[in-house]
Amino acid sequence: MSIRLLSPVVLFLLLVFLIGPFLIIIAASLSAGDTLAFPPQGLSLRWVAKVFTIDSFRDSFAMSMFLAVFGTLAALILGIPAAYALARYRLPGSETVRTVVSLPIIVPGIIVGLALLRYLVVPFGFNITLALFFAHTALVLPYAVRVVSASLGNLRSDIEEAAVLLGSSRLGAFFRVVMPNIRGGILAAFILGFVTSFNQVPVSLFLSGPGVRTLPIDMLGYMETTYDPSIAALSALLAFLSIGIVFLAERFLGFSRYV
Amino acid sequence: MSDAYLQLDKLTLAYGDTVAVKDLDLSITRGELVALLGPSGCGKTTTMRAIAGLLNPASGRINLDGADITRVSANKRAVGLVFQSYALFPHLTVYENVAFGLRLKGLRGDDLDGKVNAGIKSVGLAKFAGRKPGELSGGQQQRVALARSMVMEPKVLLLDEPLSNLDARLRLEMRAELQRVQKETGVTMIFVTHDQAEALALADRIIVMLNGGIEQIGTPEDIYNKPVSSFVADFVGFENVFALKDGKLATPGGAVALSTVAPDGAAGLAWRPRAVILGSGPFQGTVRGTSFAGNSREYLLDSSLGPIKAEVDAALPQHELGSSIAFDLPVAASASLKRFG
Repeated sequence: MSIRLLSPVVLFLLLVFLIGPFLIIIAASLSAGDTLAFPPQGLSLRWVAKVFTIDSFRDSFAMSMFLAVFGTLAALILGIPAAYALARYRLPGSETVRTVVSLPIIVPGIIVGLALLRYLVVPFGFNITLALFFAHTALVLPYAVRVVSASLGNLRSDIEEAAVLLGSSRLGAFFRVVMPNIRGGILAAFILGFVTSFNQVPVSLFLSGPGVRTLPIDMLGYMETTYDPSIAALSALLAFLSIGIVFLAERFLGFSRYV
Repeated sequence: MSDAYLQLDKLTLAYGDTVAVKDLDLSITRGELVALLGPSGCGKTTTMRAIAGLLNPASGRINLDGADITRVSANKRAVGLVFQSYALFPHLTVYENVAFGLRLKGLRGDDLDGKVNAGIKSVGLAKFAGRKPGELSGGQQQRVALARSMVMEPKVLLLDEPLSNLDARLRLEMRAELQRVQKETGVTMIFVTHDQAEALALADRIIVMLNGGIEQIGTPEDIYNKPVSSFVADFVGFENVFALKDGKLATPGGAVALSTVAPDGAAGLAWRPRAVILGSGPFQGTVRGTSFAGNSREYLLDSSLGPIKAEVDAALPQHELGSSIAFDLPVAASASLKRFG
């Protein structure tokens, strides 16, 4: 078969592979039956409604939101100056810094989680929420540094000198002419970090305890005891949330330019 | 010079351990238009950055308008710089780019508006005030950069290769623009260039730099007609440059006596292709190459003196490739060089 005929077929299979599970989840969540099943038995919105009545989901959703928002903000506060320094100065060991900053992507989350539990939480009685916050910040940091770096790479450094010669301080130049020009990159990094943190399972798995859980962990726990379609309904809702965020980001920022 | 407005005093500039400029002394008068001319790596841009305050000198002093500014930070020097890449703020409109420095000075309302509009108008961009830099041509961007610096009323305006990014037509326009700005405002201007034609056309005075030091300072006429060294001679188009040894030309083929005595104290002699006389003289050459250049014809000769470049009226009869001709290097038409090598 020629490439011309083959490529639409491959593309179609790829789409089925990527979108198929999502469609199955949506279908399962609309089921009228009592167990998670596909194809769904009848159609109803009762499981979608039920999601909102489960207290633990509400609590863990709040925890996940807290971690995703503040963990990502913290990662940006650390990551923007780091990216700036890496982009603008030739520092001794900057390659090492770049590698170390990327480690949380490379090292399996399960190891990061275990390490934090074993060496922070257990010996020092570290607050679990705080441990989760640190873990999520560390996990998001590589994305923050990378995306902001890419954005800075497209920006000429002489505009800062121009700002200084027009009377601005060095720091003032950063806020007046650098920040406005990398705003898109920062927002892109925030969204990417937010989604990464929100969907994080392995690290959170080790650090979750009674009363302190992120939503994915809570969902895992829920499924172990209750096998009803509400879990599919919640998954579908979360997927739509992510899609919505990325859609808006693409629409208003051209998100794909930065990632 | 006692009336120095900007004075560099034994200025040494370095990047880490690499010395880029060594013990540079330079005086510039108020209202002068000076060119720093030299090949890349000669230290001209480094010197300019030091004047702007973007680079701290390793040693030496910089005085401007009667004050020592060596340790004054770049944002308090009242020195403007038009970058080679213009360095406009891409997120701001032309108006806001020009207003940037004035706002930092605390100007608001009508004061600000009046100055910004006058600045934009003076470079002929009134219609473009609301545009972003990305929507302007290179030439327009450069005029915005010029206006942005000029509204600050700098004591010295520095320009980094102001004409090199422009095409031939815009180059002429910008040249006129810079001369007009300088005449109208009387601002002291220093521009950096590697292009001798640019320096000759625009500057009141040219400072030729080489290897982190000054090679020659002079009017465009001086530099063009009386280069002091073999480097400057070569740089301004003297293509036949010879060292002198005991009053004789040092050539690849050995010492060659001249028809007249070389001037006292000269370390070398240089001839423009125009100064070489073809058809008569004590030397013999073989035509290796010829090219037609409109009014004139250029010849490349092989001779016992080494390769010689000559240029004669195109109306004269043409010499064939491979033919042998007599030529002369008249001492009276040469530039005598104080330094060689």
